[in-house]
Amino acid sequence: MKALGSRFSFYAGFVVGTFTLYVFLRQVWFERSEQAEGYAKLGVQQQQLDEDQGIWKKERSALFNLDHPHHTGEDSHMADELYNKVRILCWVMTGPKNLETKARHVKYTWSRHCNIVVFMSSVDDPDFPTVGLGTKEGRDQLYWKTIRAFHYAYEHHANEADWFLKADDDTYVIVDNLRWILANHTPDEPIYFGRRFKPYTKQGYMSGGAGYVLSREALKRFVEGFKNKVCTHTSSVEDLAMGQCMEKVGVLAGDSRDTAQRETFHPFVPEQHLTAKFPKSFWYWSYCYYPISEGPNCCSDVSVSFHYVDATGMYLLEYYAYHLRAFGYRYRYQPPTPKAYRAELPNPWDSAERLKERASGMKESGAGDDSAQEAGPVPVAAKDPAEAPV
Amino acid sequence: MLSEGGSFMKGMVLGGLFCLVLSLLGSFSPATESRTDGNDHHHHHVKAASKDELQQLSDSRLQELNDQLQVYCVVMVQPKSLVYWATALDTWTKHCDKVEFYTSEASKALEAIDLNEKDDWARLRKALKHAYENAGDIRWFFVAQPNTFAIIENLKYLVLTKDPEQPFYLGKAVKSGELEYVELNSGIVLSYEALKRLVNVFQDEDKCPERGRQLWKLSDDKQLAVCLKFTGVFAENGEDVHGKGLFNSKTVDSLISESMKQNPSNVVEGCCSDLAVTFSGLSANQMQVMMFGVYRLRPYGHNFHDLLTFFPPKGSDND
Repeated sequence: MKALGSRFSFYAGFVVGTFTLYVFLRQVWFERSEQAEGYAKLGVQQQQLDEDQGIWKKERSALFNLDHPHHTGEDSHMADELYNKVRILCWVMTGPKNLETKARHVKYTWSRHCNIVVFMSSVDDPDFPTVGLGTKEGRDQLYWKTIRAFHYAYEHHANEADWFLKADDDTYVIVDNLRWILANHTPDEPIYFGRRFKPYTKQGYMSGGAGYVLSREALKRFVEGFKNKVCTHTSSVEDLAMGQCMEKVGVLAGDSRDTAQRETFHPFVPEQHLTAKFPKSFWYWSYCYYPISEGPNCCSDVSVSFHYVDATGMYLLEYYAYHLRAFGYRYRYQPPTPKAYRAELPNPWDSAERLKERASGMKESGAGDDSAQEAGPVPVAAKDPAEAPV
Repeated sequence: MLSEGGSFMKGMVLGGLFCLVLSLLGSFSPATESRTDGNDHHHHHVKAASKDELQQLSDSRLQELNDQLQVYCVVMVQPKSLVYWATALDTWTKHCDKVEFYTSEASKALEAIDLNEKDDWARLRKALKHAYENAGDIRWFFVAQPNTFAIIENLKYLVLTKDPEQPFYLGKAVKSGELEYVELNSGIVLSYEALKRLVNVFQDEDKCPERGRQLWKLSDDKQLAVCLKFTGVFAENGEDVHGKGLFNSKTVDSLISESMKQNPSNVVEGCCSDLAVTFSGLSANQMQVMMFGVYRLRPYGHNFHDLLTFFPPKGSDND
């Protein structure tokens, strides 16, 4: 009897002991995980600040790029050469309500490829940072903001950049491709580039949403035009008013198409240019300066900009342009090296081609425009023993 | 009385110790689980070769591999998915060395091999048997549905150094209970040896019945895994050199949106591999955009000196 009783007590004690310690441990674990969460949140914010410090130098409300993105295993010496020689200041038209929903995503995607980026708003924000232009917000303020933004860029950064790009906070820009276009020109030319529209002007004007870029000389003439009252705030239709001023001060409207006559600046998202059939009554048909192509020919391989891009779209375009690729794919269109850079360097395509030749034993058929490539098997070329991999 | 109290105390102490031991053990296994990014812990995975590994190969070996690397695309279509069928035809399937569309019933609009079979599993069996019998020199097989977008060059990169005379069954490997299988909607890669074993086991009605067991019907991709398992072939997860999955069962924009929430300071790098093989569920228009994004759009001045070259297909204008 007694043995049974003590055995029972033992089991009872066992259960009580297990239960008590279980409750105790859960409580402790719960408290620790809450603390960990709190630290984690702080950690992410700190990480963001640290990363920002590594990416940009914040000075005078502008972000000076310290370390534009590179991929492991990529040969970007041509892109780096152009980065140093074709300096671009990007200014982004935004407003206080759009900082977290739009401008932020521009900041962490394409603007990282600019030499300098300035976010223009109606209100100063030293943290983001944004420049306060002293205007109100709204569509009727667009040309005022543009005028003041360009004046700000000229007054503060005229000697720190060669070209000055205007973009909206829903424009995505592939800055490396912009450099390819501009590399065939100099900042002393009075010229500007964008998606050329034809109405209301003699030489056409550039679409505001697709973004446009002024040479340093063009910017100088713009500012002087306002000083001499040759240009004034004529209307709130920013891109047209801009184009009319450019015409008055003798700045040329450039042709931004690639060597296969395909457009590079785009007023809509890729999906629309590639797949949509715009109705013939749509304004787009009568506005475009050059003939419109629908389908794949709409857009250059080295496209520069797209418009009406939302937050997800920014990261998606960054992924498509800079990350996702087909291994070993030999592109149909080979953009020719800008003239000024052909003599300087051994053509980077040569060394790339030689490497590929070695690896796959294919015959080189010359860099150039649209190649008529054979998709089938190619004769194996003899190896050149003197060839050293670059 | 005293002995009972003593027993009780002994019991309590032992109970406490027991609980401690259990929780310590428990904290080890969940920890290891969570370290493998919270998903199913994949016991089998196949990684793409690193650049160093590739550079060690001789030029003649690379040439050999390049010649061997041909892919036969097996696309399972139905007339009700005509738009996707037409889009697949106009986009990614142009990069397959050989492509066949296998349909459940004939369509007046597009040509395909009509298997005249409504049952998914039976149809898949017929298609795979046909592919095996018509393979010629091709040693790699890729099975997909038309609303999956595949980058065949990246598939070739994944299997570049793998021997097709060995059994390989790759894709997005997931676990359902005890069964590890490759999801069909993100594409299935089979080596010649795996397909050969599969076609042989098709003849065994016990191990690999054609109509499945009436009581509980497994999906066709699970059936495939069961049959392959009998031949000693196991599902493996296809990954890049960093261990990132290459086969995605979601659309690229939903993956980007998820990454925006989970890695707000590193969205693109935290999302998807640069050499991803598949995305699933894209609309026809989104597939045209992906063609542009993969085969055309790029930043000037950035070159990857890949050790193999794949040329664009003839008679195509969207790549």
